Amino acid sequence: MELIELDGLEKVFTVRRSAGRLRRTRHEVRAVDGISCTVRRGEMVGYIGPNGAGKSTTIKMLTGILTPSGGRLRVAGIDPARERTRLAGRIGVVFGQRTTLWWDLPLRDSYALVRRLYRVPEARYRANLERCVELLDLAPLLHVPVRQLSLGQRMRGDIAAALLHDPEVLYLDEPTIGLDVVSKAKVRGFLREVNAERGTTVLLTTHDLGDIEQLCDRVMVIDHGRLVHDGGLDALHAAGESERVLVVDLERPTAPIAVPGARFVRADGPRQWLAFPAAASAAPVLAAIAARYPLADLSVREPDIEQVIARLYTEGRDGGAGPSGRG
Amino acid sequence: MVDGARAYGLIVAMWVRSTVAYRASFLMAVAVNFAVTGLDFAAIMIMFTHVDALGGFTVAEVAFLYGTTGMALGLADLLLGSMDKLGARVRDGTLDTLLVRPVPVFFQVAADRFALRRLGRVSQSLLVLGWSLTQLETAAWSAVQVALVPVMVLSGTAIFGAVFACGAAFQFWAQDASEVQNSFTYGGNTLLQYPPTVFATELVKGVTFVVPLAFVNWLPALRVLGRDDPLGLPGWVDFASPAVAALCCAVAAAAWRRGLRGYRSTGS
Repeated sequence: MELIELDGLEKVFTVRRSAGRLRRTRHEVRAVDGISCTVRRGEMVGYIGPNGAGKSTTIKMLTGILTPSGGRLRVAGIDPARERTRLAGRIGVVFGQRTTLWWDLPLRDSYALVRRLYRVPEARYRANLERCVELLDLAPLLHVPVRQLSLGQRMRGDIAAALLHDPEVLYLDEPTIGLDVVSKAKVRGFLREVNAERGTTVLLTTHDLGDIEQLCDRVMVIDHGRLVHDGGLDALHAAGESERVLVVDLERPTAPIAVPGARFVRADGPRQWLAFPAAASAAPVLAAIAARYPLADLSVREPDIEQVIARLYTEGRDGGAGPSGRG
Repeated sequence: MVDGARAYGLIVAMWVRSTVAYRASFLMAVAVNFAVTGLDFAAIMIMFTHVDALGGFTVAEVAFLYGTTGMALGLADLLLGSMDKLGARVRDGTLDTLLVRPVPVFFQVAADRFALRRLGRVSQSLLVLGWSLTQLETAAWSAVQVALVPVMVLSGTAIFGAVFACGAAFQFWAQDASEVQNSFTYGGNTLLQYPPTVFATELVKGVTFVVPLAFVNWLPALRVLGRDDPLGLPGWVDFASPAVAALCCAVAAAAWRRGLRGYRSTGS
């Protein structure tokens, strides 16, 4: 069942710019330039793109904060811009950088307010809170004023607050930004759990490839307001011809490593860098190196999503359409 | 509306609890608010040690004007005064977090940063009003005169509240516009503490017909105190405050809707 439907969605801003002392010129900025797609109930979708690509603008339209300039938009059958407050009860939103928690009050108080504002039945609320507390390790934090929480703790607190009213869709804007490894892992684990348990549809924007890899079976890439990719992560890597980098530490300097499936990049003493396609498995390459070279240590660096996207976009501009065509 | 008022109450309760979490600082803020708002009444009292009447009004009559406008502004300030922080929320984008909640955003903004310390002005004005009533010859008052007192305070609250809301609506476009609105609310309050007879007719006309602050206390107070209207308006005007207040609220509501619609189509 389609939960979110976008059909030729557009958002055009009129920007006034001063030209000379008194004269001001107006010009149009197409922040979202005709996006069409659908999201099924229970999907977890990564929504990525460089800064200023139109991600936040799209999220703001999906939540009803902004009114689209053109196209058609439905979330759970509701037109967000026209029935914003009715939609609000059915969606959860987490803005990574802006907390909705009460700074000077214990975390528990913020949740109590959510219960009453959203009119969550007492039993439902208690069950949801219990589950969130358990999965996000919030028990020791419930009585702590929010101002005393660390960034990671507060983010966990915010995510729980967005889920107490059983939303059908959860929008997350940069949910792991600035978090340490442990907090990131907790947040990701929790989102997977919520998605599996309740079938909550999750749409998240991120700059962190780890979020995408561990959470999303589908990635939408937006650039300059257009959808340049919509599909799996594998397809994205294939389309962007991205490469993983193998950093090999040898026991002593040798000639450049030559093994099938990998490309020599550079060497620095006993350390060498090799590149191989992101979609390929690392195992045969590793086996070949271990068999023929005095291997001491090695590590694999994941491809940088921003680079993949940049490559995707230049391709699109050169005339070759992305794998799913241009939105 | 009922939903909005309920949400307003819930959010206000959260702010009150946040405030009293710092009890000493809260008590001090109330005391300061009480004292600072009382200073301008002290100034009036000092003036009256040198003169017997101001624009033909006795000290008790001026105290009556002071108390009524102070109550009206104090209540409006308590209920809606934090709305002038809207500009900051628009600028840093935190207004968005209010827009995704299932309650009307007006009530959320109105309740935002609710400052209980503003009870200081309300209580100080109430004291002055009470004192003036003991000094005026209220025994001879008709039922109409008696009823006019609460009516004018409530209408005045609505009129000042509408100015606060209009000012907030304007901040959707100009985020630093709160000073303009302050000149009408806090500035208007200072104006209304003095009898209309001490001001130029043009000014009195301005606050009657343009920004109808004269309906907060001047016009109904003239009836209560049994005095003539310097503009010579028909007598029913003294009873028009509730209607004027309703009109102001309608204008404010339209301005608010317009501002919010503008925000949602431009994202500011």
